[in-house]
Amino acid sequence: MQIAVLALQGAFIEHEHMLSALGVDSFEIRQLRDIQRPFDGLIIPGGESTVQGKLLRELGLFEPIRQAISAGLPVFGTCAGLLLLAKEIANDSRVHLATMDIRAVRNAYGHQLGSFDTQAAFAGIGEIPMTFIRAPYIGSVWADTQVLAEVDGKIVAARQGNQLATAFHPELTRDLRVHEYFVHMVEQHAKA
Amino acid sequence: MENKRLELNKNLAQMLKGGVIMDVTTPEQAKIAEAAGACAVMALERIPADIRAAGGVSRMSDPKMIKGIQEAVSIPVMAKCRIGHFVEAQILQAIEIDYIDESEVLSPADDKYHIDKTAFDVPFVCGAKDLGEALRRINEGAAMIRTKGEPGTGDVVQAVRHMRMMQSEIRRIGSMSEDELFDAAKLLQVPYDLVLYVHEHKKLPVVNFAAGGVATPADAALMMQLGAEGVFVGSGIFKSGNPEKRAAAIVKAVTNFTDAKLLAELSEDLGEAMVGINEQEIQLLMAERGK
Repeated sequence: MQIAVLALQGAFIEHEHMLSALGVDSFEIRQLRDIQRPFDGLIIPGGESTVQGKLLRELGLFEPIRQAISAGLPVFGTCAGLLLLAKEIANDSRVHLATMDIRAVRNAYGHQLGSFDTQAAFAGIGEIPMTFIRAPYIGSVWADTQVLAEVDGKIVAARQGNQLATAFHPELTRDLRVHEYFVHMVEQHAKA
Repeated sequence: MENKRLELNKNLAQMLKGGVIMDVTTPEQAKIAEAAGACAVMALERIPADIRAAGGVSRMSDPKMIKGIQEAVSIPVMAKCRIGHFVEAQILQAIEIDYIDESEVLSPADDKYHIDKTAFDVPFVCGAKDLGEALRRINEGAAMIRTKGEPGTGDVVQAVRHMRMMQSEIRRIGSMSEDELFDAAKLLQVPYDLVLYVHEHKKLPVVNFAAGGVATPADAALMMQLGAEGVFVGSGIFKSGNPEKRAAAIVKAVTNFTDAKLLAELSEDLGEAMVGINEQEIQLLMAERGK
């Protein structure tokens, strides 16, 4: 199994460390030629969604990645990654890959002073640590999107088929279970 | 609770990695920077090249001007306070700045003590010329480090010197036997625990960016290849002929910093770079402020 990590900007190395701790091989996507390699899943890391969205377009990665996700490629977006997947963003006129039926709220907790960490239940996993850094949350979901976690009544994790999105950063904790969950999604997809 | 805050603040710096933080002086410039792909902006009244030209005492910017920039963009906004000026830092925290740069670019307010950054909830980034300075700032509570370089010169030589110095000292600490670390801590004038961290992880305990004199995509890629985790660009952008294009090119150069072919394309037709001053031609070495 090979999982690609979008490495245009942000905390991509942290995801690679999580995958390596699970014994899963990964490589970085920084430009078009990197996606010529075969891969079974994709992680879109935290960082700035404006930067990643712009570089996706300008480096010619936008269409191939969007099509791959639409065709069923398992994808996991954290924080900025969630924003890139969202079909709607409440407070931003610009959307990006727009493959997932969620409405995100950007910088929903305000400036850095609003960043926090907590513990909450994640469907199918149990209580996990959650770190929110200038994070978004999900205002609403529709179609077959399932809510996986909520904090203070706000949706912070969701899944729609091959797409998994969290407003928090499991890669900043030592808890491997959300990554394990995604690796399992990738395995299921590879079998199907 | 205090430690939790520091952890969250270090985490924000992790999110900035692989990105470019740009100096801006107006909301319009901030929007240009955001559109060009800046991962954060540094709000200040005058960019370092103009501070250098104007001379005199240089202070924290007008909070109103900083708030204007906070309203103009959705990316994190940083601002500078003077070394040791903890009241300027209190003011910046009160307007909910995302990161404070306790910066040698401004005139130091205290020639002995840096700010006790552990007393704040907002994160701090500090400049450093070598490993000892970096670890002393981290011990005071800095959540992110950048090279000092020589701000406002458009000359990358000092940023290169500082990054090389830091990386070589990290390699040296990394290769020591454990019983040598006590003496290393004594010589670096830093706590043993921080030296142990560097020994075990072969890196600083916080994110380390390059800053000071970066003016071209090649400069930015050079700093990345030397081990920077991201780049601050100050005067280099808005002192150049075509800020939009140069800013966007530097952003792409930081993402693909080892692809020489792409760097060649990015370096084409950028218009005039900032004129720059050589280190021998300057009177004031900002990097010597605050050790």
